[in-house]
Parts: sequence; structure tokens; C-alpha cells
Amino acid sequence: MKHIKTLNQANLKETAVKGGCGECQASCQSACKTSCTVANQKCEHKK
Amino acid sequence: MMIHQYKLNGYNIVMDIHSGAIHVVDDIVYDIIEKLTPPLADNCPEELYALAYSKEDIDQAYAEVLELYKAEQLFTQDDYARFDKLMTVSPIKSMCLHIAHDCNLRCKYCFADTGSYQGGRSIMTAETGKKAIDFLIKHSYGRRNLEVDFFGGEPLLNFGAVKEIVEYARSKEKEHNKVFRFTLTTNGVLLDDEKIDYINKEMSNIVISCDGRPEVHDRMRPRVDGSGSYNSIMPKFKKLVEKRGDKEYYIRATFTKYNKDFTEDVLHFYNEGFEQISIEPVVTDPKHPYALTEEDLPEVFAEYDRLAAKLIEMRKNGEFFNFFHFMIDLDQGPCAIKRLRGCGCGNEYVAITPDGEVYPCHQFVGNPQWKMGDLDSMEVNLATKETFARSTVYGKDECRECWAKFYCSGGCNAANMQYRGNILKPFKLACDLEKKRVECAIMIQAALAE
Repeated sequence: MKHIKTLNQANLKETAVKGGCGECQASCQSACKTSCTVANQKCEHKK
Repeated sequence: MMIHQYKLNGYNIVMDIHSGAIHVVDDIVYDIIEKLTPPLADNCPEELYALAYSKEDIDQAYAEVLELYKAEQLFTQDDYARFDKLMTVSPIKSMCLHIAHDCNLRCKYCFADTGSYQGGRSIMTAETGKKAIDFLIKHSYGRRNLEVDFFGGEPLLNFGAVKEIVEYARSKEKEHNKVFRFTLTTNGVLLDDEKIDYINKEMSNIVISCDGRPEVHDRMRPRVDGSGSYNSIMPKFKKLVEKRGDKEYYIRATFTKYNKDFTEDVLHFYNEGFEQISIEPVVTDPKHPYALTEEDLPEVFAEYDRLAAKLIEMRKNGEFFNFFHFMIDLDQGPCAIKRLRGCGCGNEYVAITPDGEVYPCHQFVGNPQWKMGDLDSMEVNLATKETFARSTVYGKDECRECWAKFYCSGGCNAANMQYRGNILKPFKLACDLEKKRVECAIMIQAALAE
């Protein structure tokens, strides 16, 4: 495309269908204890 | 169908919220998308020709927009309500263990009342800690990966119990098919070589608390006698990180109204040899002179922009630091279910006090009405668990329609409770800050993708 560059695979809906195993880290256990930040956590199945 | 479009640092960014697609576009596409309302027609709508571009350019740009629309990467439908059945009571797999309700610093912004959590100073016995491990094993059911964060107050005031609890949990891993991941948050005052080696061996992540430049740190994080703590802790933190190798850590700061130029604190950490950096806004009652309020937002936003630009500049020069709130992996991040569920407090995540009481998270400790169980009974209140299980993005009316919902995941329930009186009502100041950080994080990805 000339006018648009897409940065990612846009697979959020797919991850909803396949996801939810609950094995990943709770966000407050990483480095935030006062603000909720979930999107920067890692998926346990994708290393 | 929801999109969010913004311009930052020379990039035009269009986020398609329900597919997760992120597009970097030129001015013409940016202006076209601003005028469009789905469903999109196959032919370019007449009104777009009023834009200040040639017909040929508009036709070509519209064709690209239409292609993304048909590929479900733009104006994608919201059909996440169908996952509602997954937003129910879950096993508990993560625990914040309040190993010491006491502290050897007197940080002025401490949400835990300088360690006591409004309940008097106390420490957790190793026996209580072991019971907490049993509690976690019992309530985790089929979950394998279990997390225990040693928190306080200051956990190193009770390090003997930390070691006993770790040893006990390790002894139970095989029998119960569990993997314990320990983390510890410390102010560093009591660190010594032995503790550093133990922490680096057993803790999968460590959060070391420092506010940045010496004068910034010492102003807010004095000792009991009022003297500064920076000079004592900094050499110990450096040693810990040097000896840690590739294992995770964060040097974590709180910024306040007194250091809205916190990029300088990030750079201070970098210059002192730290790469994994987290700086968070203080969360406190606006009556305090150091509190951040709405009037500070323009300055804080500008500072996030400055920090983002600095990060890009340094990365392009081969200089690396990681800023926790700008971390984002657009393809490999958490699944949408995790994003919808939010932080999991009160459902997957609980806090245990030195007395063995169970709370939804560390920030609810000290408010007895939120107590949801205890280690004597080894039970939790299922009604409370259910309440928190429903506290998802789609359980919060204001979040459901917010473009940032899949990034912040509904905000901090404790802050919502404290400032709006309801876990389901998001605290606007925190929302504004989070949205700004997400915009910066995505812009950084656009810049680094060039």
C-alpha cells in the first residue's frame, strides 16, 4: 500500500477464541503496584 | 466499531480497536478516515472529494481504506460480548504476601501509611507464610504457574521468613505439579551480599525502589530520622543488578508534582547502569502538595512525549533502556481474554496480611470491609470473588466505549474504589495518564518500525 503501513497482524479476535488459559503473570506482579497496565504483559505461550 | 486516530511526533496513527490493528497513515488517509462512518461503500463517497487533495489521490487512498475494511482491519465490529461467560470466578494463582507491615523508610507518598497499612506495625511469621502457600496451592486448582510477591512495608525486615517460605513452597512444587515464581519489592536499605545472592537465585523478578536523581529520591524517601537514603541504597542496587545477569528486574520510581521532569530520572537511571526502568505517577489524595492533579496533565503529557522521543533517539543510536509503561508488543501481547479480564485482583490475585487475612489486592489492605477470607478457615468469600470477576472491561460502562480498553483493561479497581467509590467506575486522572502512555508506546513502535 502506498498510503498505509500496518504495524501488526491484527489478531486480537483470534486470541480471544484461543486464549484465556490464565497461566500468564498477574500485571501487578511485574512492576506496577499502583497503576493497572495489562497490555504490556507477555503471553505464557509465546516466547 | 471503533477507531482511535491521533497525530504524535510526526506520525499519523489509526488504531482499529476491535481487531487490534495499528496503521500508520499519510495525511490524506488520516483525513479520509476522520470523515467516514461505516458501513463503507464500494465507491468513494462524494463528500470526500471536498478534501484538499486531487481526485486521483483520494480515489487511491479510499481504495486502500476499503481494502483494510474488507479485511476486517478497520472499523471492525465489536463482538466481544460473546466471551462474557469466560468472565467468571477463576482459580487464584497469584499472591501478594505482606511479609512485613513495617518499614525502615518514611516515604511521604506511601499508600501503606509508611508500612503499617493503618493497622499497626507487624511482621508475618514463617508459619503464616507457609499457610499462605498451602492456601495458594489449594485455591489454584489446575493452574500450574503460581506467583508470590514478597511485599510490604519492607520485606527485608523479615528476610528469614522469606527464605523459609520459599524453601517450603519449593518443597511442594513436585507433589502438586506447580511452579512457583517469586518476586520481591524492596527499598534496598537492608541489602547485603548474602541477600543479593539469595534474591538473584530465587526471585524471578525483583523490583527495586528508587525515585531517580538523589535530590528527587531523598526528598520523598527519607529514613525514619529524616535523612536521605539514596547514597546508601544506590551502590547496593548496582551490585544486585550487576550480579543478576539476564534475570528480570525493574528499578521503579514514583513521580510526583515535584518531578514532572521525570525524563531526567529515567536518564539518571540509565547513566547509573540500569536498563529496566519503571516510573509511575503517584496515586494519592489531591490534598497533598505532591499530588498530581488535572492541572498537571499538560506538563506530564509533554514529559511523556519528551521521554518517548528520547527513547527513540537512543534506540536508533544503539543505546537501550526499557520503560515499563512504553513496553508493547503489538503481535505477541496478552490474549484478548486477559485484556478483558483486567488485573485479576480479588479473583485470580489476592493479598495476604501478616495476620493471615485475605484481601482483593495490596491496595485494599487496611479496609476491613474488603476482607475476603483468612488462613484459619482457608476459605475465600465467593460473593466477593464473583464481584471482582465481573469487574471487567465490559462490566464497566465507561470502559466499554473507551478506545484504550484493550490496553489498560479497565484500570485499577482499588483506585476506582478510592476516588469514585465504586470498583466499576474508572478514575479519570489515571485513565488520562494511561491513554497518553498507550499513545506514546504505539508511536514508538511506528518510529522503530521505520
